[in-house]
This record gives sequence, C-alpha cells and structure tokens, in this order.
Amino acid sequence: MLKKKFTILDHELVPKHILLTKEEKKQLLEQLKIRPEQLPWIRASDPVAKLIGAKPGDIVKIVRKSPTAGEAIAYRFVVP
Amino acid sequence: MLIPQKKVKAISFGLLSPDVIRKISVGSIITPDTYEEDGTPIDTGPMSLRLGTIDPTQKCKTCGNRVGQCPGHFGHIELAKPVIHVGFVKIIYQLLQATCCKCGRLLLPQKEIDKIRRLMKERPRIWAIIKSKVVTKVLKKAMKAMECPHCGEKQIKVRLERPTTFYERTKSGERRITPDIVRARLEKIPDEDYEVMGFNPKTSRPEWMVLTVLLVPPVTVRPSITLESGLRSEDDLTHKIVDIIRINERLKEQIDMGAPMAIIEELWDLLQYHVTTYFDNEVSGIPPARHRSGRVLRTLAQRLKGKEGRFRSSLSGKRVDFSARTVISPDPNLSINEVGVPIEIAKILTVPEKVTPWNIDELRELIIRGPYEYPGANYIVRPDGRRIDLRYVKDRKAVAETLTFGYIVERHVRNGDIALFNRQPSLHRMSIMAHKVKVLPYKTFRLNLCVCPPYNADFDGDEMNLHIPQSEEARAEAMTLMLVEQQILSPRYGGPIIGGTQDYILGAYLLSQKNTLLTKEEVQRLLFLADVADFPEPAILKPKRLWTGKQVISALLPKGLNYTLRASACRKCGECKKFECPYDAYVVVANGELVAGVIDKKSIGAGEPESLLHRIIKDFGINVGSWFLDHAFKVFLNYTFLHGFTMNLDDVLLPLEVLQEIQKRLREAEAKVWELIEKYKRGELEQMPGKTLEETLETLIHEVLSNARDNVGKMAANYLKASSQALMMARSGSRGSMLNLTQMAATVGQQTVRGERILRGYFERALPHFKKGDLGAAARGFVYSSFKRGLTPIEFFFHAMGGREGLVDTAVRTSQSGYMQRRLINALQDLHVEYDGTVRTADNRIVQLNYGEDGVDPSKSDHGKAVNIDKTIEKVLGVAALK
Repeated sequence: MLKKKFTILDHELVPKHILLTKEEKKQLLEQLKIRPEQLPWIRASDPVAKLIGAKPGDIVKIVRKSPTAGEAIAYRFVVP
Repeated sequence: MLIPQKKVKAISFGLLSPDVIRKISVGSIITPDTYEEDGTPIDTGPMSLRLGTIDPTQKCKTCGNRVGQCPGHFGHIELAKPVIHVGFVKIIYQLLQATCCKCGRLLLPQKEIDKIRRLMKERPRIWAIIKSKVVTKVLKKAMKAMECPHCGEKQIKVRLERPTTFYERTKSGERRITPDIVRARLEKIPDEDYEVMGFNPKTSRPEWMVLTVLLVPPVTVRPSITLESGLRSEDDLTHKIVDIIRINERLKEQIDMGAPMAIIEELWDLLQYHVTTYFDNEVSGIPPARHRSGRVLRTLAQRLKGKEGRFRSSLSGKRVDFSARTVISPDPNLSINEVGVPIEIAKILTVPEKVTPWNIDELRELIIRGPYEYPGANYIVRPDGRRIDLRYVKDRKAVAETLTFGYIVERHVRNGDIALFNRQPSLHRMSIMAHKVKVLPYKTFRLNLCVCPPYNADFDGDEMNLHIPQSEEARAEAMTLMLVEQQILSPRYGGPIIGGTQDYILGAYLLSQKNTLLTKEEVQRLLFLADVADFPEPAILKPKRLWTGKQVISALLPKGLNYTLRASACRKCGECKKFECPYDAYVVVANGELVAGVIDKKSIGAGEPESLLHRIIKDFGINVGSWFLDHAFKVFLNYTFLHGFTMNLDDVLLPLEVLQEIQKRLREAEAKVWELIEKYKRGELEQMPGKTLEETLETLIHEVLSNARDNVGKMAANYLKASSQALMMARSGSRGSMLNLTQMAATVGQQTVRGERILRGYFERALPHFKKGDLGAAARGFVYSSFKRGLTPIEFFFHAMGGREGLVDTAVRTSQSGYMQRRLINALQDLHVEYDGTVRTADNRIVQLNYGEDGVDPSKSDHGKAVNIDKTIEKVLGVAALK
C-alpha cells in the first residue's frame, strides 16, 4: 500500500495554478482595464484553489496546454 | 421633423397590487355578456366602450378619441374569492415552505438573516452579483427547517398539487390550504425577511401573487371581428373573460345567499380554473379550455410564447422593404461579384439618389421615363419630406423641371448598384453576401456557379432573397466587407469556400491531360474568353502548330506563382515518383507555368484548403483570385463544351472474365463468413476485448465482407476502360466516387441499418425467405449484384431498408442541428474581440485573454496555424527545391 496521498496538483490534466501577489494583481487589472469580477470566477471551495490556499478576492493565474497556442494563460477571480 | 429623444435608463419589473389595479382601471366589469340585442356594447360588460373602441363609428367613453387615437383603457373584476396566479405558483410554493406557517418569518436564525441583510445594505455592488446564488441557498436551507427559530412553532409540510392547489400534511391527514389562507400567510411575511429571499417588497409584495382583483385588458388588445354573415366573433381572451365574470357572479350570489361550503368550493375551483387558463392555456395537469367548436383557446401565455408568439414572430421577426425573392438559375458568364436581376424586379426596387449638379440631367431623364419604363424612377422626395409618387403624376416632364439640388430621386436599380443576396437557411457568414446588380431579361435571379457552395444553392427550384441597401454607409459597408470576393476565404478553416464544382473541375482535368493538343483556333477561342492577350508559343510546330492544354492553363496563371501539390487523381502509392508519376498527379507550377500534373478538385475545387486557388489568393491577393475565378474558370468550363462529355452504360462495363473473377472472390468471402460462423458455433471463436462473442462475430464478418468489396472494387477500377467517362469524373473529383463506381460495376455490398447488418422484420430473420437464425451474408443484407446487373428482389428490399435509414437520418439531423445552432447563436451572439485582443461578453466580462488563445484569424491562417513553415521554405527556395 502506498502511504503517500495523491495530490491532484500532480495530475496530468490539472493545469498549473499560480496565486498572484498584490502587485501582480494590480498590474493585471490595470493592463486589462477591468474590475476583478469581470474575470471568469473560481470557487474558493474548488479543490485546486483550496490546495494553493486561494482566498476570496485573490486572482489565480492558470497556465495550461492549448491545442492552438501551445501554452495559454488564463486568470480566475476567487469568489466564496 | 424634430423628434424628442429620451433615453431608457432602467427597466424594472414588479407585480401589480390590488390597489394599483383599481387605480389603473376605468371601472368594474360585472356583466358576462358583450352586446345588447340592438348591438350596442353593454357598459359593464367586457366589450364596454369605456375600455376603448375598435368600431370606427364610435367614440371611446373614457377619452373621447376614435379608433386610431384611443389607446384603450383597462378595466377590472373584483373576484368574489381570491385565486392563485398560475405564473407564480412555484414562487408561492417556495415561500410557503421557507416561512413559518404561524408567524410568517423566514425559517432561518435571526443571526443569519442579519448577516445577509448587512451584506445587502453595506455592499450593494457585491450583493447584486451574488444575489441569485445566496437566495437559492437561503431558500434551500429555510425549506429544510422543522421548527420556527423565531416562535418555536413546529412546521407542517406543504404539498403542491399541480397546477394550483396546496395541501398541508398534518397528523390527522391532509388538509387543503385555500387561496385565502395562502394569501393570509403571505401577508404575514415581513418585508425584511422578504428582501433576504431576493424580492423587492416595494414593487412586489408576496400576497399580490394571489389575485383578489383581476385586470381586464382594453378591447384594442382583443378586437372582435364581424364575419361576412354579419355575425360577430369575439376574441379568445374576451371569451375567457366572459367565463370568469359568469362564474364570479355566480360565486358572489351563492356566498350572499349563504350557500353550503361544498357548493361555494366547487364554484371557487371553477373560478380558479378559468383564471388559470386565462393566463396560460397549456398548464400541465388540467385540460385546456376550448372554444365551442372544440378548438383550443389562445390565451395570454400563448400569445407570447414560441415561434408564432409576440417575441419571436412580432418583435424579433423583422420584415423589410426594398427586397425581392425569386427562383435562381445559373449564368457562368456573370462575374462572381454579380447577380442577375430581372428587369421586372429592377423596376420595383429603388435606390435613393440625392440631386447634385453632376447628376441632375440624368435624374431628370429618369423621372421623365417614369416608373414603368426601365431605367426610370418611382418617387421623388422633396427636402421637406413630401414624397411624389410618379405613378400618379400626369406631366412628368413638368415635375422633372421642378427638380433642384437637395431633392432625392428614388431611381430604379441599375447595373453596378450594390445588393445583398441571401439564401436560407442562413447558417454562416457567407449566406448573405453583397453582389453588384446586373439587370437582365427573364424572371430569375442569376448567379455565377462558383458562389453556389457558400450559399449551398442548386437550381432545382431554389429561391433566394435580394435586398438593396438604402444609405451610403450601408452601401460602403456592404461593398468593402460583404462583397463576394471578400468572402472567398472561409473563416472556418481558411480555405477558399468559393471555387469550382462539377463541370469546372472536369474541364480543367480534361484540359490539363498530357495528351490534350489544341489548334490555334481552339487556343484563341479559350484565351479570348479569359481576355488574355499573351499568346504562348506553340509546343509543336510540325506537321501542325499545336498547343498543349497545360500551356493554356499556364497562360491563365499569374507570373511568379510557384507551387506543388498532389492532385485528387493521386493513387497514394507508397513512394511518390514525383515527375514520373504515371497518373500525372504530381502538380508543379513554376513561375506561373504549369510544368506537370493535372488540375482537378484538389487544385480548383470549392472548400479545398491548400489548393492552387488558395495559393493564388494568398500570394497575389483577392483581386487576382477573383480574376482567376471569373476568367480562368470560364476557360475550364468552355473546354468541357469543346471536348464534349457524356457517360454511358459501357463506362461501368467489365469484361466477362473480370465479372466471373469478382463473383469468385465474393463466393470466397462468403465461404470465409460461413467458416467464421462454424467457428462461432463450435465455440472456437476468440472473443475480442470489450465485445461479446456475438459482437465479435459480427465485427469479423463485417471486416471480411467489406474487404471483399474493397478488393473487388480495386479490381473493377483496374479493368474499367481507360476512356471511361465515369472513371474520369471519379478520378478528377468532379462527381461520384470510386465507391459509386464499384457499386455500379462490381457489387453493391453490405447494407446496414443502425451500423449493423440487417436483422429486423421477423423473428430472428429479416425476411421469411431465410431460415431462423441464419447468420450468412445473403440473409443479413449483403448485395452481391451490381447496379448495372440489377438487384434481386430480396437484395432490392435490403437496399431499400438501408436507403430509408439514410433519408430518415438526414431529416432528423437537419431539425436537431438547426435547433442546436439556434441556441448556440443565441448564447454566443454578443461575444466580441476588443482592440486589445481579448474576447469579451456584452457586459465586458472576459472570456479569453487572446482570441482563440493564439490570436490567429483562421481565415488568414494556414490550417489554423499562423505560419506554414514547409510552404515558406518552399517559397524561399523556389523552383530550385523542386529539382
């Protein structure tokens, strides 16, 4: 029996989630000229959000594989 | 004319309270009859003159206006007992479940209510966003409570019996909650709790969902019609209102008389039924209200709902002027940017033209010619907005003299005007394109054959619509964005969606054959069609000056074009012999010269990405591309005429020995099938993973039989006459496939229904001609015969079964995909790409940071990729790479 618990972050199909710092967040919102809630949302109760410790109000950067662009970046606004 | 403009700032929806209804109303309606015997409307009836008038001889009693002016006025009915509004039963049910039956409070602890209220007051913007989610949670939680946290009352479960009856489950059994009790309970809900459940108590108190007063719409909403016989026929809504009044009055009487509860309840239920069907006559659980003739009544909800309802038909369904519709027919001599418009239509459709010093003389002439002579005019619009209809002008010459600058003349459409051309179903962008008008005799719209694929048009009776843009902006937009040549490249995959079909491909194929030699006259005729002046040097001088077909094609290709591709005629042999290809399928264009290869579907076909046509458009631009489609294609088509082409029965004739060999091979396959069946019966068959033994057998049999047909087909293709015209069509891709040829010449093969060999009709067999449980090829729908030889009756029947399935499938698929398309488009219609490249919704929420994640426009891409490296290298190295 394997003792080590499997974390979903290791799964191939789960893309990389990165929590943005305050400065990064500000810069992103400035660049896109948007309010945070105009981004797509992610639940704070989302398994990945829980694992990386995202709290409502944060923004998560997601880097994933894309059939068209190779690698694509998306952002999610964390909501309760 | 100055129109005062106001801007809508907000729209709010709410319920009408009984007080508001009484205020709106001009009077109570109490008489269940419409007219007196002398034909005058009863003043207290549903057709009362106080509610407005639809009779041109009468004046409205409320506002004194006549038909056009009087907007109509509402009346009301005081209901003897309250009735539940069907549209709100679901909400009422939720409210009853979520609130205390005794004190009316929301069944949540005060703390939680306060928390939500605080959020609501202090963070209104966030509340607006999360409101719907919070509310569903609140209701869900409150409905679960067994006991009131405020007064401690034990909660009794409420049950809804559709559509409008509520019951309460007490220990002693079920008890009905009548609408007046429902109303009393809703009244008890305090505003504070009501807000937490997501409602606005100012605009919609919950007790207003139980009706005590019913609004009666104005007669203008439900006009009656007088039939030829002089009989009056009332609107469905009026009928329903009469029903409601009749029962209401009866109920009132019974209550006043102190009738027993049973009678009152019976009438009350009847009133509920009538009010329910008055709102919605398609409520499940009750029979729809019917007209005396048995026709189902069309009440309020039915007027709004569905395809024929107010929204989809009256509001979204737009009707337009300056449009025409007729049958289409082909004209290869038109440009792809043109549309042939019959003179008769050109005399009706007009273009407004402002009078200027430069066109005044010309416009005067048009006016003099008038509305009935072709290049004429139908109307003159003066600067003050007055229109002069030239049909009723006696002296048009005099009118023409009065013409000065600033007038607008609505002249007939003429050559070169821009028009939008459309064929339904408008499934993609290319279903509506701009064409230049070409006025022609006869009565059909004409279009170039190359634009058939984007419209998906053929000429078996198809009709199309034509619209004439009326403003300069609209024309400019149509011209620059929607003109056919702007739409050649499909935004779906980047290939040319406009291109050759059928005869064009065949003509190009015949012309580019190695053995095509043309005389001077023939070359002249062909190149003249394309307006090409550069006459090539002949390839052969003696005994006669002769030109090859490839030379003619070369003369049409733009200089500097370099290209290679594998033609449709390519047999996909293991190793490509390139220039030595025995089928001449290796196409090479070097500096605009067709060096080798045949031009066929892969080169000039519609919807072929990476084709010769695609390359021309990408390398030389849209103008050269549309020149090629207009001129070169005319040459291809005319070569078909020059060459002559027909198909006959001999095209699919095989030598006797070959036919015998085919039959032998089919028998062998059949034997193999029997072998498999024997193996299966002995239990020796090895089961395939994920399949039952029977499925394994079916798969193996399928494989054997389809291999047999493929082998036989290949053999047939090899032994068909080289001159077979049918074969030529299949090779070039102009029409028909090798499979079609196989089915005609060799064997039709296995027929399937639902992807399986045929087994339906009788118990364990398809037809009574076979034994039960016969698994053999013949018994399960294998057709040995070819179409040429003819099918046996049993084979014919199997073939019909398979064919029928195909027809049913297409019918079902079109309706299903049509509905899917409608929903998709409704969902996606206001997504747009901002200038920063992000994809956003109408309210500016971000969907993608970069369109398609790579920001590539598919119509300008190479198969979805921004650059095609192979082609770029080839282009840089040029002809050198080919050698």
